[in-house]
Amino acid sequence: MMQVATSRAWLRRNLFADAFSSATTLVLLAAALYLLPGLIDWLLLQAVFKADAAACQAVNHAGACWGVVAEKYRFILFGRYPYAEQWRPLLATALLLLVIGAGGMRLLARGPLLAACALSLPAFIALMGGGHFGLSQVGSDQWGGLPLTLLLAATGMLLALPLAILVALGRQSDLPLLRAVCLMYVELVRGVPLISVLFLASFLFPIILPQGLSIDVLLRVQAGIVLFAAAYLSETIRGGLQAVPVGQRDAAAALGLRRWQAMRWIILPQALRAVIPSIMNSAVSIFKDTSLVTVVSLYELTGSLSLALAGDAEWRSFHLEGYIFIGLIYWVGCYSMSRFSANLEHDSKLPQE
Amino acid sequence: MRILTIALTLLLLPLAPAHAGKTLDQIRQRAQVVCGVSTGVIGFSSADSRGRWNGLDVDVCRAIAAAVLNDPDKVKYVPLNAQQRFTALQSGEVDLLSRNTTWTLTRDASLGLHFTAVTYYDGQGFLVPKKLRITSARQLKNAEICVQSGTTTEKNLSDWFKAQGIKIKPVVFEKFEASIKAFFSGRCQAYTTDASALAFIRSKEAPQPDDYMVLPELISKEPLGPVVRRGDDEWFAIVKWVIFALIEAEEYGITQANVEQMKAGGDPAVQRLLGSAEDSGKLLGLDRDWAARALKAVGNYGEMFQRNVGSASPLKLPRGANALWNKGGLMYAPPIR
Repeated sequence: MMQVATSRAWLRRNLFADAFSSATTLVLLAAALYLLPGLIDWLLLQAVFKADAAACQAVNHAGACWGVVAEKYRFILFGRYPYAEQWRPLLATALLLLVIGAGGMRLLARGPLLAACALSLPAFIALMGGGHFGLSQVGSDQWGGLPLTLLLAATGMLLALPLAILVALGRQSDLPLLRAVCLMYVELVRGVPLISVLFLASFLFPIILPQGLSIDVLLRVQAGIVLFAAAYLSETIRGGLQAVPVGQRDAAAALGLRRWQAMRWIILPQALRAVIPSIMNSAVSIFKDTSLVTVVSLYELTGSLSLALAGDAEWRSFHLEGYIFIGLIYWVGCYSMSRFSANLEHDSKLPQE
Repeated sequence: MRILTIALTLLLLPLAPAHAGKTLDQIRQRAQVVCGVSTGVIGFSSADSRGRWNGLDVDVCRAIAAAVLNDPDKVKYVPLNAQQRFTALQSGEVDLLSRNTTWTLTRDASLGLHFTAVTYYDGQGFLVPKKLRITSARQLKNAEICVQSGTTTEKNLSDWFKAQGIKIKPVVFEKFEASIKAFFSGRCQAYTTDASALAFIRSKEAPQPDDYMVLPELISKEPLGPVVRRGDDEWFAIVKWVIFALIEAEEYGITQANVEQMKAGGDPAVQRLLGSAEDSGKLLGLDRDWAARALKAVGNYGEMFQRNVGSASPLKLPRGANALWNKGGLMYAPPIR
């Protein structure tokens, strides 16, 4: 009895407080009732879950064909990586996720976390690339799917952040030349779309380089992404630096701190804390922008999905289900990032005076 | 995007590396032919669920690998989209481009490339809903026509209707899926692409295949074939003659199954091709069994056609223009002697 009463009170307070909120509730409820049955019907009731192309075609899009995911998940997740060796990208991805997860939930202290980050990347590359410890060599142009997406995004963010801080500081420098160089870099990179940076990195670079000297295509593309992300991030951080009141600088000087000490202990912590949401915004956007590397024949998640389906006579017509599958992966990634950012913001808040 | 590609291409031209005679050495050194293929065209090049490639264009790569490296599996396939395919070849990323690419003057003369031989004669057609009640493409006045960008298809469309004096509105998509989804959801009155794909799109992608029909007109010639980089005539010759050998073999009735028997047979032309009498491979920088190995790997042209796009495949295309010259088609190989 008690329970019913409280839930009624809750309903009244939250859903039917006044005429406007009651109307909104009813409209939303009607919309849900109108849409949900069809959606559930398509997603679950009429859906085919077995990797059976004939069954999927028999349903003829009246229900989702999750069979396409069951049939193609390895191709979608690992792309062109040799089939028999796909335990390697699986392990490498797990390793990377573990370190990112441990960092994100802050299970590790700073020292061990930095060590784990520094170690996980070479381990990832060694595992994927092979060529030693009895692992067969797999060229980086054959890496694909989720591991590639994660590698590009994680390394991109990890390297772009320090670079961005340096550039942001450079733009506030007293040296006119340094200021000009930083400004030029930011304006140049921000002035072109990522896709053209990738094109330059992938196609023009090998021809400019002297004969015989070649840099791995993945490395070039990764460098392109880092430079691109750093340009945007540096502007974000510069905004944060400007938000720190001048008084802080004066106070630091009054305490006898040198300039770089003041920067390291007083200014930067406040500046970075102020722009956590914006930095996370950039991280989410880099994560999703990695899908552009398809244009230079690196097949990350979206690329390997279309590679898996485009030429398959039986499964081609079910790419919507495939896109929902990778959409889910992207959503999990982006949502985790925004949770991490919210936690970080919460924990780094100054105690209210 | 396309302007960017063209600009890049122009930029790259004078810089393109000229390794005369080097391609074969490089291939032998890395024990792998690097073959640019499509990102998925049914029957021509596509990867299965385990990442294995197959199709008519893929078989050309396999035949070349068998002839050059004695192993049809020593091929690395690099999937390339329509915009990046030529740049990838020019920059040396791939040894050859076997990616249903139309041979045109502009491409042959100005991109620093050589088209080798034709492996499929295609043409561009139209798919329309039957409810439009039209029987000819000439009736598509003011129609919106869905087309994919970055290929010759788009230009053929505007050229043909201009020549006919008919106004149409092309609706351009970058992705194949997007273009056919748009057509079947009624965004356009007609869909245009190569005829080799239309019949399959109608039978497999249409919600109701019987509601759609392929119009009789073919508005273009689309000779498709492998492409190599300029500056390496030896490699150019190898690619060209492996394809000719596959076509010639069909003419002489040499199949994947009977290569060994035919080797011992009495026909001098067959013996020359298979290397049992003369060493035809030496002139190409290969050994005498080059053609026999290619045939053992993929069969003759007729078998390749049958398996990938013909009656034994989901596409079920008729031989049509792709029959041998002495059977009413256009497939004609210069003599191997």
